Amino acid sequence: MSELKYHKASNASEAASMISGTEDGKFLAGGQTLLPTMKAKLAAPSDLVDISGASDMIGISISGNTVSIGAMTTHADVAGNPELNAVCPSICALAGNIGDPAVRHRGTIGGSVANNDPAADYPAALLALGATITTNNRDISADDFFVGMFETALDDGEIITKVSFDAPEKGAYAKFPNPASRYAMVGVFAAKSSGGARVAVTGAGSDGVFRQSEMEAALDGAWSPDSVSDVDVSADNLLSDIHGDAAYRANLVKVMAARAVANA
Amino acid sequence: MSEGIGASVRRKEDKRFITGKGKYTDDIRQENQAYAAFVRSPHAHAVVKSIDASEAEAMDGVVAVLNGHQLTEDGIGNIIAGWAITSKDGSGMNMGAWSALCTEKVRYVGDTIAIVIADTQEIARNAADAVMVDFDILPAEVNPEATLADGAPQIHDNAPNNQIYDWELGDEAATDSGLASAAHVTEMEIINNRLSPNPMEPRAAIAIFDEAEDHYTLYTTSQNPHVARLLLSAFYQVAPEHKLRVVAPDVGGGFGSKIYVYPEEIACLWASMKTNRSVKWTSTRSEAFLTDAHGRDHVTRAKMGFDANGKIVGFKVDTIANIGAYMSLFSSVTPTYLYATLLSGQYDMPAIHGNVRAVYTNTAPVDAYRGAGRPEATYLVERMMDTAALEMGVDPAELRRKNFIQSFPYQTQVIMNYDSGDFPGCMDKAQAAADVAGFAARKAESASRGKLRGIGYSSFIEACGIAPSAAVGSLGCGVGLWESAEVRVNPVGTIEVLTGSHSHGQSHETTFAQLVNDRFGIPIDNVQIVHGDTDKVQFGMGTYGSRSGPVGMNAIVKALDKVEAKVKKIAAHVLEASEDDIVIEAGEVKIAGTDKKMAWHEVGLAAYTAHNLPEGMEPGLKESAFFDPINFSFPSATLICEVEVDPETGVTDILQFTTADDFGVIINPMVVEGQVHGGIAQGIGQAMLENVVYDDSGQLLTGSYMDYAMPRADDLPSFTIEHNNVPSPSNPLGLKGCGEAGAIGAPPAVINAICNAIGNNNLSMPATPSKVWAALQEVSTQQAAE
Repeated sequence: MSELKYHKASNASEAASMISGTEDGKFLAGGQTLLPTMKAKLAAPSDLVDISGASDMIGISISGNTVSIGAMTTHADVAGNPELNAVCPSICALAGNIGDPAVRHRGTIGGSVANNDPAADYPAALLALGATITTNNRDISADDFFVGMFETALDDGEIITKVSFDAPEKGAYAKFPNPASRYAMVGVFAAKSSGGARVAVTGAGSDGVFRQSEMEAALDGAWSPDSVSDVDVSADNLLSDIHGDAAYRANLVKVMAARAVANA
Repeated sequence: MSEGIGASVRRKEDKRFITGKGKYTDDIRQENQAYAAFVRSPHAHAVVKSIDASEAEAMDGVVAVLNGHQLTEDGIGNIIAGWAITSKDGSGMNMGAWSALCTEKVRYVGDTIAIVIADTQEIARNAADAVMVDFDILPAEVNPEATLADGAPQIHDNAPNNQIYDWELGDEAATDSGLASAAHVTEMEIINNRLSPNPMEPRAAIAIFDEAEDHYTLYTTSQNPHVARLLLSAFYQVAPEHKLRVVAPDVGGGFGSKIYVYPEEIACLWASMKTNRSVKWTSTRSEAFLTDAHGRDHVTRAKMGFDANGKIVGFKVDTIANIGAYMSLFSSVTPTYLYATLLSGQYDMPAIHGNVRAVYTNTAPVDAYRGAGRPEATYLVERMMDTAALEMGVDPAELRRKNFIQSFPYQTQVIMNYDSGDFPGCMDKAQAAADVAGFAARKAESASRGKLRGIGYSSFIEACGIAPSAAVGSLGCGVGLWESAEVRVNPVGTIEVLTGSHSHGQSHETTFAQLVNDRFGIPIDNVQIVHGDTDKVQFGMGTYGSRSGPVGMNAIVKALDKVEAKVKKIAAHVLEASEDDIVIEAGEVKIAGTDKKMAWHEVGLAAYTAHNLPEGMEPGLKESAFFDPINFSFPSATLICEVEVDPETGVTDILQFTTADDFGVIINPMVVEGQVHGGIAQGIGQAMLENVVYDDSGQLLTGSYMDYAMPRADDLPSFTIEHNNVPSPSNPLGLKGCGEAGAIGAPPAVINAICNAIGNNNLSMPATPSKVWAALQEVSTQQAAE
């Protein structure tokens, strides 16, 4: 059994250099997934590079319609930011419904996005908002970023520093919580922008978050709940587990999409 | 303000609990303390070929790694079942051996193989991971029906087809002829889902061996420390009874799961002697999910017949009870004498036959859990009643009323002799409080919003107090089921009450003190309740089956009777009056109708100074009593649940939950209300959320709160609680017991309501949104076909 080494980075570039020499180092953001995973002995990194205090990765800036959120901004800070709520209330509402208060005060948007849990809320938002994920090396579009379940386009040692997007004309997130964990069994983010409608679904896909293109086309025709309700959602490639089968999730995709559109 | 019987006195114990000053087993520290961790089976069924602990033993800080062969060599006995059930062919139970540490075979995921003792908890756990066990993996069976089939994996050699017993109760021929004569027969297959008990405090133990005295102390999370001591000494041979002290300090909930002595406590106590260290073990939540005795898990096929007037003419029940991999302490009695004896419900049934087969599977042991058998009986009877009403096109409440037992005592066809009750009265009160008359309008209002509203009933009776000793003994119980108490009046007049009951959330420190206040008028703050320590309390049978009130409190009353008699003798002597003229009121001992009196403490002082006692009287003021009731007590209720279902998602909201209970005499209405709330919450949990699921290979899929859904505050409505109390004639206080009522009565009310809302009676627990939605799809498919 090897000793775990802990490092605390004060900014993104320091974090990148700290992790570069490690054997099997991991970035520690809010720790809401990594720490329980380590406690359950499902992960045993050699080093933890704590980036939760990286000062250049924390905070929310808004310029006109463009929103930029530092990767280490907590869910509670996103939920409670009045300026952000003025331009994009849907993301604040989403953040305010993640986990419980303890999770929201530790968990960060960057940590959530990098982990890409198939039942996490933020991936649906970023995909529907057409967000850009900025790392210490490059900008990655949300469409390219979310590769599969727990998989992203991030390279080893690459750090998400911020996410940015243009606030949509309309947008809302509707979540159906798993009765046990209260993670999203199905969560649908629907957004209407000048570029058209985007609908992203979390919790349901056997390959993680995905866009529902038939619904997007229907909403481009007419932005109304009925438009998505009329779309035939296939159960193929949807998850089945003890909490609900694929057919049930397919139904929920439709129902939650309609509710998101109605609330947008 | 009164602090006597009937007063909603605030709980004395809350000060320490709310301020975080409770003292639980894990809070206890010893100087030479070491920590235990267990090597557990990752397989549901496997032969243990070899155990290699060399790497673990070599780790810094590891004290010892001990296995089942060493345990057996030291003569530690196998774990017992405390109630012998005789099969209908006259044979005994096919009971497989359960050693605290497995030697040859593991039979469920989590089975204990070895105990690791180390200087820290972390080292112990890491060392446990380093113990290499070579397994020969065998096919596993988790399904209670499939396990009976020829060719199923043989779990214990001496239980052919994995059947432990095939038992019956009632008159099969009379039941068959009743059913044959019936105008209508309702047939159902009912599954009672498996539950995980989830007390807030996980199990824990700290075992202390005193080499100088050859004496053992075990602090542990127990609902019945004296029973634990008896088992650990007389049956498991870990330590002699007079050399073993068992203490159950503050215990954070039990729900039945802490009745039993588990392998871990046995192993810790034994290991403390082997290592000469104090050995502490605290279960992780993951271990609790794997190894705490589960509850329920029945598969039942039943037929209930009715005559043309809707009167029940026969009820025939065939149940398979999944016992898990081993027979836990009460596992044999829970699905038999605690279940089939309640099949008559609140109804006059002329013929009943219950058949129960208990089976082994490769799952965690199943035992009594809040309600223990009575929830299973109630769910069955009350689902049958609503289903029959639906099939016959009659109102479910009217069908119940037509069959209610009206006069008492009432001898059922399944042993129980109901001593009292007012079933129509409970129904009346529940219907009025739930505004059943206004339901149709509320349903229409829901429909206008696209929602489906439904109403469901449950009229249940249960048997509490589990007694009398001679009766349970004749049915196979290995112990007597009385309770003991001792009342010690100190020279200054303060009082200690020692009780064999154990409080792990039941408020005994308050309600038991109220009995003393009611009798002598002294403040409850001058009364100390002492429980949970075998060195302090002589003996006791503990707390389960809602018995602390009907049995435990009545033992206190018997001891109070004796104290009162002696107080009167002393006062009569000192005040120079006749004993018959002495009255005790508001803390004073008086000659009735005069101003001559002694203060309460003066009597205590007189008893201990012994300067002026009646001729021949012994000094002191301390009395003890054992109470063995003449019958069970029979709480009953009607519960009414009103739900609204969202047809788009299958989400059910409980809008109203009403209960009208008969608990007999109530000591503290606030405490009773709390018990009812907790019970209903657990009942709703079973009905809508909770389910233990194993996959086909025996891996537990619901091993954490990520997958095991517990009821949360926002799943529950505010409850309306009415009372229709008829004092029990079977004990001096007239108590019936309230600890399990909600958990027993709630599940069928919820399911009946959801079935009523969605128009589909084919729904099993837990009625999760996905299941309710699927049931709704069946309805639309059916309608489309028509």
